[in-house]
Amino acid sequence: MHHKTLVELGAGLRQGEYSSEELTRACLDRAAVLDPQLNSIITLTGEQALQAARDADARIRSGEAGPLTGIPYAHKDIFCTKGVRTSCGSRMLDNFIAPYDATVTRQLNAAGAVMIGKTNMDEFAMGSSNETSFYGPVSNPWDSETVPGGSSGGSAAAVAARLVPVSTGTDTGGSIRQPAALCGITGLKPTYGRVSRYGMIAFASSLDQAGPFARTAEDAALMLGAMAGFDPRDSTSVERTVEDYTGGLGDSLEGLKIGLPNEFFGEGLDSTVAAAVEAALDEYRKLGAIITEISLPNSQLAVPTYYVVAPAECSSNLSRFDGVRFGYRATDPADLEDLYKRSRGEGFGAEVKRRIMIGTYALSAGYYDAYYLKAQQARRLIREDFIRAFEQVDVIMGPTSPSVAFRLGEKSNNPVTMYLSDIYTIAVNLAGLPGMSIPAGFATDMPVGLQLIGNYFEEARLLNAAHRYQQVTDWHERIPPGYE
Amino acid sequence: MKWETVIGLEIHAQLATRSKIFSGASTRYGAEPNTQACAVDLGLPGVLPVLNAEVVRMAVKFGLATHSTVAPRSIFARKNYFYPDLPKGYQISQYELPIVHDGYLDIEVDEDTVKRIGITRAHLEEDAGKSLHEDFHGMTGIDLNRAGTPLLEIVSEPDMRSAREAVAYMKKIHSLVRYLGICDGNMQEGSFRCDANVSVRPQGQAALGTRAELKNINSFRFVEQAINYEVERQIAVLEGGGTVIQETRLFDADRHETRPMRSKEEANDYRYFPDPDLLPVEIEPAFIDAVRQTLPELPEVKKQRFMEDYGLSVYDAGVLTATRELGDYFETVVEACGGQGKLAANWVMGDLSGALNKAGLEIGASPVSADVLGGLLRRIEDGTISGKIAKQVFEALWAGAGSADEVIESQGLKQISDSSAIEGIIRDVLANSPKQVEQYRNGQEKVFGYFVGQVMKATQGKANPKQVNELLKKMINDA
Repeated sequence: MHHKTLVELGAGLRQGEYSSEELTRACLDRAAVLDPQLNSIITLTGEQALQAARDADARIRSGEAGPLTGIPYAHKDIFCTKGVRTSCGSRMLDNFIAPYDATVTRQLNAAGAVMIGKTNMDEFAMGSSNETSFYGPVSNPWDSETVPGGSSGGSAAAVAARLVPVSTGTDTGGSIRQPAALCGITGLKPTYGRVSRYGMIAFASSLDQAGPFARTAEDAALMLGAMAGFDPRDSTSVERTVEDYTGGLGDSLEGLKIGLPNEFFGEGLDSTVAAAVEAALDEYRKLGAIITEISLPNSQLAVPTYYVVAPAECSSNLSRFDGVRFGYRATDPADLEDLYKRSRGEGFGAEVKRRIMIGTYALSAGYYDAYYLKAQQARRLIREDFIRAFEQVDVIMGPTSPSVAFRLGEKSNNPVTMYLSDIYTIAVNLAGLPGMSIPAGFATDMPVGLQLIGNYFEEARLLNAAHRYQQVTDWHERIPPGYE
Repeated sequence: MKWETVIGLEIHAQLATRSKIFSGASTRYGAEPNTQACAVDLGLPGVLPVLNAEVVRMAVKFGLATHSTVAPRSIFARKNYFYPDLPKGYQISQYELPIVHDGYLDIEVDEDTVKRIGITRAHLEEDAGKSLHEDFHGMTGIDLNRAGTPLLEIVSEPDMRSAREAVAYMKKIHSLVRYLGICDGNMQEGSFRCDANVSVRPQGQAALGTRAELKNINSFRFVEQAINYEVERQIAVLEGGGTVIQETRLFDADRHETRPMRSKEEANDYRYFPDPDLLPVEIEPAFIDAVRQTLPELPEVKKQRFMEDYGLSVYDAGVLTATRELGDYFETVVEACGGQGKLAANWVMGDLSGALNKAGLEIGASPVSADVLGGLLRRIEDGTISGKIAKQVFEALWAGAGSADEVIESQGLKQISDSSAIEGIIRDVLANSPKQVEQYRNGQEKVFGYFVGQVMKATQGKANPKQVNELLKKMINDA
């Protein structure tokens, strides 16, 4: 049952082969056995899950089931879940029981999906290896000595290890696509504004976007359909009808114009990763796609721009964690300043503090023009590069990450090296475009991700391109050793 | 040395919306602490602000009423600082691109001088909560009911030259926002408050002196006191050879003085940047036109009209248009009394205002409605009662009697205008006062008043005074 896709499980549920309760129990049991070594889940929500499963079963019996009804999923611990701890991977929120549901949570509940737990993540989504979590690192199911990527490392590992068929993530600079690549699964970051950010604890508001993890593009399409939509509670969500993302999955790729940015294949890209990506592109040629080289001349600005914009926004977004109303509060503060200093000093981890300090500096009087304003200008240039590129091509492809999963601790003492692991994904957030990562082979026995970048709101086109590739390859069906 | 005072005001007007600027929580004043603060107001993790469209409409109204530019595009920015009653650790405000800018308002400095005060900008922002230091031993209580209440911050040019001008400007803005219906103007509840930037410079010097910002002023009287105190303080510093330092000072209403805030409280770099959770506010000309259609008659226009239509003086027209309620009351009285503008003005500004002041009531709470007062004036006008009797009737109306006609009827106050009846009374008076008649005939004309008094006394004031005068003159001379 664990190896079935969401689509297969949904069919089984509706045909009465098993109940959601049985399925959910099986997932919980598997998590109980396997997760102690993986550490992909912070909070298992067994009781609520079984109740939700029984509700889903009733709905299935009454014939009102949708594609997600009764399907167990794991939810990144960045989404508020009413009555359930929502930690954001931080000591700061270790005691925070959210009093309300995020819009994404509400929509998945409404679709009948069954949340089995909240997944591990880099603290406040700041990290690319899941090593900054207060709850400890997550192991990559393909090699327990390596990282699963981040920040949505727990969600990616849980799907790769077949604890759940699907999960949710958020992507600010690559936090869905990079762990999807490193864990050998499918991950989609939608267009900025496609999925509501209400109830999703903010890291960098202008970049954050929620999306699904799945093993197949088809499953990701169904998840996205339930997660997406305009939300009057989020001014940056876009008032635009949600498409049927599965509708166009069978479409031919004949004549699809794929652009390969020169800048994504240069120095810094691991040659074995490059080889896997080239092989994947050959498959696309066979499917009838036309592949051309393009240029995104301002690509080199992406990482520095991101590391001004994201910390600047986070320095302000994280000010509310002050020990006054919720979350961690230092014991016996001497006065107000002591309350602030110690609550934040003790509640936040090193990476979060580093980014708050960088962001505070970048916004300070006298530095604002040189950093924040300059970064906004660079961001516009990056965006314009993509807009020009999409006048020539339909989809942009390249590697998701410059290397396969690295070893635990390998980069954790060198932030800049760590930041460079998102070099191909960050520009997509700065431009607000949709992006995907799909399994595209192996290098040194570890999964390689192929990144697909689409024009605004062209998630369906990306999903179709991913789906067609998955019909002619089986990388996405590979199971990590030990998780059969 | 002669010193010149330079003042600019920053007025915070709380916009009279039902819900908050970025959440659906109620803005009602006086509820139990923290009962009107929703997840958004509390700044819970994950919540997002959504702009209340009504505040935009209100800001545009203000812009139109002050000859200002309504910005086609304005931006909300975050003002970052830590304070326990600021839930998010930042206040959402407008910084570089405010919604309204570059306008003006004319104020009357005295009866013949009008002065134009520039309005630099007016921007939208959210209010913070309240820190409560009483009732919590060694701790501070936080009430977030006020957090997220919409404010319009109105910043003037440094165009005022005295505390009096500052008060006149503040009163004018106060009147205007109430005319527009965008602020209830309640200063006790903090719906309308102001900070004053005050500096002095040698008369004739073009460059501005160093200013102090006076915070926390919530009455017209305090504005005057705070500025006057501050001006004297700065002059004393300068004349003593010192220099004024730029600082924020708090006005202490109990001691009538300003004192510096601790430097810690003001040493803030607010790290403003555009709020990524909110889209730019884009206002199209059609929206502005639609708002223009909803504008009430503005005080200036109404004042001109009162002068022209009712023949009122500048002063009277100014008083009667000071608030929309007073102007409306006045016009209802005029209509009810048959168009006697001057008479209505005299009564509204005289007896009625006097009684209201004495009772500490606003015009809206007047026990005598405009229709009832108009009915009274109609009876003066048609000669049913004299002005003096009218005062007596007014007192009855104030005490709760129904209408002037009822009072006149039940108390028998109808004026005696029957010549033969008045003649009879005069005859009796003259017959009973031979000594006074003698005096009058000997040239002591002031005795005339004595006869009038006697006639009025005999008729309990009901005789038509004009007729009494005429008939008395004739009869004394004839007698």
